[in-house]
Amino acid sequence: MQYKLTTPATREDLAPLKAGDAVLLSGVVYTARDAAHKRMMELLDRGEELPFPVEGSALYYVGPTPERPGDVIGSAGPTTSGRMDAYSPRLLDLGQSIMIGKGARNQAVKDAVVRNGAVYLAALGGAGALMAKSVRKLEIICWEDLGCEAVRRLEVEDMPLTVILDTRGGDLYQSGPAAYLASLEEK
Amino acid sequence: MRTISAEELTAAVARLCVRANTVLPEDVTDAMELACFWETWPLAEETLKLLQQNQLDAWKQNLPICQDTGMACVFVELGQEVHIQGDFEEAIHQGVRQGYTEGYLRKSIVADPLRRVNTEDNTPASITVRIVPGDRLAVTVAPKGFGSENMSRLAMLKPADGVEGVKQFVVETVRLAGPNPCPPVVLGVGIGGSFDKVAALAKHALLRPLNEPNPDPFYENLEDELLKEVNALGIGPQGFGGKITCLNVAIETAPTHVAGLPVAVNVSCHATRRAAEIL
Repeated sequence: MQYKLTTPATREDLAPLKAGDAVLLSGVVYTARDAAHKRMMELLDRGEELPFPVEGSALYYVGPTPERPGDVIGSAGPTTSGRMDAYSPRLLDLGQSIMIGKGARNQAVKDAVVRNGAVYLAALGGAGALMAKSVRKLEIICWEDLGCEAVRRLEVEDMPLTVILDTRGGDLYQSGPAAYLASLEEK
Repeated sequence: MRTISAEELTAAVARLCVRANTVLPEDVTDAMELACFWETWPLAEETLKLLQQNQLDAWKQNLPICQDTGMACVFVELGQEVHIQGDFEEAIHQGVRQGYTEGYLRKSIVADPLRRVNTEDNTPASITVRIVPGDRLAVTVAPKGFGSENMSRLAMLKPADGVEGVKQFVVETVRLAGPNPCPPVVLGVGIGGSFDKVAALAKHALLRPLNEPNPDPFYENLEDELLKEVNALGIGPQGFGGKITCLNVAIETAPTHVAGLPVAVNVSCHATRRAAEIL
């Protein structure tokens, strides 16, 4: 199935998605990698506000290349999401509903996805030029000192993504290869 | 004796940093084309086509293929009749500095592994030099992203583990990596040498064009067997499942000690980048 989604996303928006479905995502997406996540945790520890409205938000794990003059963004494919595993459950429990990256997540993240009715979507790893095409606007909102890891507010249109972890505990990284291997046995 | 100026070397390295990050070598795009031909699983076919679309988008928009424009791994084959006028290593670092800054490439290097402050110009380069006969200088820039680099592994096997032990270790490396290194992957495998040498062999193996097997039929056969076994894992493009998990396995070997069997696997992604010039 292919779904069109707009951020901020509610539990109801995300409930029909199944691991393996295609998503075209539009709306506001915030970027953050490990360094920005660490700072977000420090803010929360001090009882301060996050730099963006967390309810229903989408976070894209990306550190783009510098944009050329006149371009909105440089190359902007996903980084390995596993480095955010230590931080994601806390943000999901606070209302973040969409994670975008690539690669495997740990059990704590999978549990937090199901608990909160959230999803984990894959962008195409190593396809930075293709992913950049869906970005319409970019604005650095904080921690400019982090360079490519600064938190950016992106406005995206029909960003092509694939559902990896769904609200019911589905995991494409398990079910996809298993289904392919099972299809060989049927032959 | 032939003289090459540091400035010439700098200019070549700068050009190569930009080219390697924007256009894939023909042997890699050919391997992706073949992968599309052989792939049968629907989601995998679609995924491979999108990865090819990305190569086209990068070329058309003059954008890096991947946002992780990597650590600049620079390999130099330096003719022993060549005299470099100026500082050889600094010439290469300057080329990287120029290429990454003027080419709008991402600066991904921190000056210290634990204190982690970005050097802001992607230097230093990781330089490997080999002195060879002749009066030419061949320089290859192979930017290495760390999504795949982080999935690489090394083991000091026992001689009794033999070829089966090596195969198990390589297949296990790809299984553990799963979707993380942006499959379909390319594997550089080093066998033999010492602890440090075997890692260098694995990295060097990634420089070999994907359509060139190991010249020794024994190792060409082992490359084929490993490719089959890795692709039997079913991980598929991007880890979504499918036939093509790996595009190519390249093995390099070196003599080793009677008591040891070192093996290293350097994992690279579908965007295995390199560009070379001869001065």
